[in-house]
Amino acid sequence: MEQEVIKDIIIKNSDDYIINMGPQHPSTHGVLRFELCLKGETVKYIIPHCGYIHRGIEKMCEKITYPQIIHLTDRFDYLSAHINNEAVCLAVESALETEVPERVKYIRTIIAELNRLASHQLWWCAFGMDLGALTTFFYGLRDREKILDIFEESWGSRLLHSVNCPGGLMNDIHPNFQKRIKEFIKYFRKIIPEYDQLLTNNVIFQQRAIGMGYMSKEVAIEYGVTGPSGRGSGFSCDIRKKQPYSAYSKADFKEILLTEGDTYARYKVRIAEMWESMNIIEQLVDNIPEGAFTAKMKPIIKLPAGEYYQRVETARGELGVYIVSDGNKSPVRIKFRTPNFSNLFVINKIASGNKIADLVAISGSLDLVIPDIDR
Amino acid sequence: MNFNIYDFTSFTKWIDTALNNSMSAGWATLVELIIIGIVFIAFYAVVGLYLVYAERKVCALIQNRLGPNRVGPLGLFQTIADLIKLLMKELIEIKHADKFLFNLAPFIVIIASFMAIAAIPFAKGLHAIDFNIGIFYLFAVSSLGVIGILLSGWSSNSKYSLIGAIRSGAQVVSYELSVGLALLSVVIFSGTMQLSGIVESQANGWWIIKGHIPAIISFLIFLVASTAETNRGPFDLAEAESELTAGFHTEYSGIKFAFFFLAEYMNMFIVASIAATVFLGGWMPFHIEGWTGMNNVMDYIPPFVWYLGKTVFVILVIMWFKWTFPRLRIDQLLTLEWKYLLPINLINIVLISLVVLLGWYIK
Repeated sequence: MEQEVIKDIIIKNSDDYIINMGPQHPSTHGVLRFELCLKGETVKYIIPHCGYIHRGIEKMCEKITYPQIIHLTDRFDYLSAHINNEAVCLAVESALETEVPERVKYIRTIIAELNRLASHQLWWCAFGMDLGALTTFFYGLRDREKILDIFEESWGSRLLHSVNCPGGLMNDIHPNFQKRIKEFIKYFRKIIPEYDQLLTNNVIFQQRAIGMGYMSKEVAIEYGVTGPSGRGSGFSCDIRKKQPYSAYSKADFKEILLTEGDTYARYKVRIAEMWESMNIIEQLVDNIPEGAFTAKMKPIIKLPAGEYYQRVETARGELGVYIVSDGNKSPVRIKFRTPNFSNLFVINKIASGNKIADLVAISGSLDLVIPDIDR
Repeated sequence: MNFNIYDFTSFTKWIDTALNNSMSAGWATLVELIIIGIVFIAFYAVVGLYLVYAERKVCALIQNRLGPNRVGPLGLFQTIADLIKLLMKELIEIKHADKFLFNLAPFIVIIASFMAIAAIPFAKGLHAIDFNIGIFYLFAVSSLGVIGILLSGWSSNSKYSLIGAIRSGAQVVSYELSVGLALLSVVIFSGTMQLSGIVESQANGWWIIKGHIPAIISFLIFLVASTAETNRGPFDLAEAESELTAGFHTEYSGIKFAFFFLAEYMNMFIVASIAATVFLGGWMPFHIEGWTGMNNVMDYIPPFVWYLGKTVFVILVIMWFKWTFPRLRIDQLLTLEWKYLLPINLINIVLISLVVLLGWYIK
């Protein structure tokens, strides 16, 4: 497939054949709208329109306290809710210079990796659906259920368990926690080869994915494409390695980097990350230290005046939290740098010039979660 | 009356003479037409509804689910409930749509599948029309359905529908060639285009066995090409729900949507019937020359059951395709046809001609 050279600036013509993909469309995974210009089946340019699920979370945060902010962060990227929570907690803890117990660090890391696994599983389901392989959805959801069951047993909630609070966790883990995680990993190590049989090694899938939506390392850096999508293009951007937080420095794992930069590379990065997540969990799960599950905190948390920044690696890329405080119990300004917002806008660069079916595959391979774009 | 489950010829003759004795010839023909029409409508409805049910059960089996299991025992009445729901739904009027063509399209699709079903031999003597050019007739009517799809896409004044319809047009026109050539291979083997003649020629063995390698190649090509011709996955580009929401029938609602839906399943049934009739011996039992004992046991199974069993087998294979494979892209789809299937098919036809000329098949 030859790809036309696409200019960054889109010039609209009045006789373009425009179709609206979204806001209600099965493969935009939410209320996102793509304005597509088609020439036959080929997409000439794509203008993404976001804002259909904008809730003004950043503004809301200026009126509420820090422990309350944590519960709003669940609602960006609901598939890696725990990791979002962790970002705010880490920012607040580093501002207060609180020493968090080791036990909390270990548990947070394990939950974060479980969350990443669940998120990648759901992405795998949805990516198969985007390509028309409907059976993947049920295979992925079947296994994701087991992770959610582990969360449910410990904290009663499955998706947005909001177990983090500044200084530690709200509740300790269930006595079965470690046992069930080990059971799950043993089970899931046998399941990923099944995923490969069903989708990865399928001839039609490989033809659809290999060489499609090429994103060079330069483009990834220019647009700030982070997470598995950026690492598929060889952009080394794993915060877990670059700036280890929680217990990541205690675990031995590799950053998955591929240089092909196509849809298939992004796919393979995520599959490989599932294996890595399991490695991390296995190393940590037996060594959770005994101790308190939270540090002693003041009843009302006030951050000293100043600016604080913390970044973490969610399942989709780099999440940054920027807090400006004037010493009160709520921030003056809070800004979230969410990964999907940056990942979305590269779509015109990498998908225009391809067929409409490939646009669906490419946007699927970027793993967009729409509430994370709009906030 | 001598009703014989192995041979319906005497039964249909008896009805014919009974009608002719009681009324004039013209009236008798009319009554016969009405009887055949009612039988076909009933058959069409039952088969259509239960194919939908079967697909839901089969895909549930593939996807680790139970499928419909609430309405009636094992969910057997689920599709009937769905049909009642669709009948009662509002028919949404589309602004700026071409009303006449918009309403005509579902009927063309459903009539095309009706016409095809008339030429299929269900059992010995159970055959509505036995043309001497049966295969040729099937080519002709199976390509009528695409007119309905093109009209529906054109008239519904929706860009998604239009893309779906154009895709479907390109796809059906291309794959028809492969379907036709694959069927021609058996015409060369049997030396007749009459469907009953083709079935009779398989009395001592099915063509897929008698014609060995070239016949197996034709059968596989027929299976792929006919799946594409009926717009089913992995070739369901005309509806491609992840790209075009629902393709050509995006704007249809209620019973008109149900027509498209039923026609799709009936087309699958027809394609499977043709595959069963032409390659797998139709209603002919499985026979091996010389094994008299086994042949007698096989003869004991009624022909209608043989026909239905083979059809169900082909349908299951087609469903298995759909629920396992991702969808192709439009250019890959056309490449597959024009660069691979068609040349293989043409070479295969030459090969078959040679095989028949030199007598290298089981006679």
